[in-house]
Amino acid sequence: MMRTSFAALIIASCILMRAFVKPSPLHTLEMDTLLTSEGDSQRTQYPYVTGTSVIGIKYKDGILMAADMGGSYGSTIRYKSVERIKQVGKHSLIGASGEISDFQEILKYLDELILHDNMWDDGNSLGPKEVHSYLTRVMYNRRNKFDPLWNSLVIGGVKNGHKYLGSVSMIGVNFEDDHIATGFGNHLARPLLREEWREDLSFEEGVKLLEKCMRNLLYRDRSAVNKIQIAKITEEGLTVSQPYSLKTFWIFSAFQNPTVGAEGSW
Amino acid sequence: MNSKATVEIQTNIGWVQLSITDALRCANTEIETPPVTPIVRIQYYITCVDTVNRIEQTKLCKLGLVSSLLTNSKTMDRDATADVNAPHSMGTTIIGVTYNGGVILGADSRTSTGLYVANRASDKITQLTDNVYICRSGSAADSQIVSDYVRYFLHQHTIQLGQPATVKVAANLVRLLSYNNKNMLQTGIIVGGWDKYEGGKIYGIPLGGTILEQPFAIGGSGSSYLYGFFDQAWKDGMTKHEAEQLVVKAVSLAIARDGASGGVVRTVTINSEGVTRNFYPGDTLPLWHDEVEAHNSLLDILNTSVAEPMST
Repeated sequence: MMRTSFAALIIASCILMRAFVKPSPLHTLEMDTLLTSEGDSQRTQYPYVTGTSVIGIKYKDGILMAADMGGSYGSTIRYKSVERIKQVGKHSLIGASGEISDFQEILKYLDELILHDNMWDDGNSLGPKEVHSYLTRVMYNRRNKFDPLWNSLVIGGVKNGHKYLGSVSMIGVNFEDDHIATGFGNHLARPLLREEWREDLSFEEGVKLLEKCMRNLLYRDRSAVNKIQIAKITEEGLTVSQPYSLKTFWIFSAFQNPTVGAEGSW
Repeated sequence: MNSKATVEIQTNIGWVQLSITDALRCANTEIETPPVTPIVRIQYYITCVDTVNRIEQTKLCKLGLVSSLLTNSKTMDRDATADVNAPHSMGTTIIGVTYNGGVILGADSRTSTGLYVANRASDKITQLTDNVYICRSGSAADSQIVSDYVRYFLHQHTIQLGQPATVKVAANLVRLLSYNNKNMLQTGIIVGGWDKYEGGKIYGIPLGGTILEQPFAIGGSGSSYLYGFFDQAWKDGMTKHEAEQLVVKAVSLAIARDGASGGVVRTVTINSEGVTRNFYPGDTLPLWHDEVEAHNSLLDILNTSVAEPMST
């Protein structure tokens, strides 16, 4: 006997769906607790296209700054011709590591700053110390709004015979020193600079020192790219070199057969 | 079966009422939910009531393990423990190259929502003005709204300027929208066009709003497979024909390996003479490694072959 109602009503009276909710990578737990409904207000971002270290040193006649031309997208080295050292006004250079889009925005702010400074037409011009101070304020105030410009900046320049070299981080930490490094350079370049930097470095010695640091970074920094620019600024003016590559050295006996005697090791 | 009966399902966005057929269908495919957070895995219980015998049976049904539900064209693996700073790849392959005289933009045609191909013949190359086009990747919604705004601004700008907008201006407008809304947008865009001042230009605007003028640009999830290809195959100063062949070859290689790219290859060529659209259906593209020729049916093969093809 077939009852039509035997193949019954599938009344899903209680269909429980246990959904494992994965948090979207654009949200962190902190963000969820701090604000849930303000979708349109900017909060801590994440860097997408990033530049790696910048190194700067004072030398006899002025400032030397070096950076590679890489733009990394996560672990991919996506762009290999990004200029990360730029001129600011007559007396300063700025080098940036971190998010490239934020650096491009900072350059626009600086453009406006220099423009207004020129419009005064009073014979005065902003020097590196002033630019550094301005950028410190910008970075620190953005940090206070939890919306940082994700960069570490190096400002260097010469004005009225005084050499100036300083840095600002994305949280507004700023200081001035004889040699500056950002990113990986903090760990790899700074020890080299502490050992070998002198007040009276010539241009050639300065370039050699910077190249030594950059080569080291090339060996040991995963996001480094072998195409660098070295910029020089003196009282007379500034130049940013053409992009060029450094030779690297791999012929060491210890590199030829490293696992002889210990097969399986690395 | 009472087809009018409805079921209330608890999802991550609250209680949702569905008809029973819909509920069962949902179990096997995806569920359209508002773009809040993606649902990873769904298992549920169905309680069956036999009203005659008054038996209630509760069954655990894993009718569908739906993985990575996403509401727009993103098809990436998002591990709960993944590095939140790693950029997301997007379900697309887009390319823009310059040649001696103009630019060629190329793209695949697949729009996917999770594992399902929502549109197998979409057009990802969108017009902004007569002389500027963009390739869109990432969230379909985000890229469409950005292109709509920029088209609107460029239209006004063209009227005020009295002549066609330059590619640089168009690219900068895209950059402004991408950069100033970087927390909310997920779209990578390639802007390409021709103007009388600079000739053919390509600007890449990835996630975050960085703008970079490049001789060629690649984007989307399929582009991961093309970095090496372009490193080897790109040459400066190609002819229009060479450049077009390169773009089609590249998109086709990406389609071969990227699950989120597929369909046809569309190209748009922009130069001083104007704009030309081309269309390369899947079956006209070359076959790559481990791919075989297409046939209408096995029967055709059987009828033409001499040896017994079905022997063990």
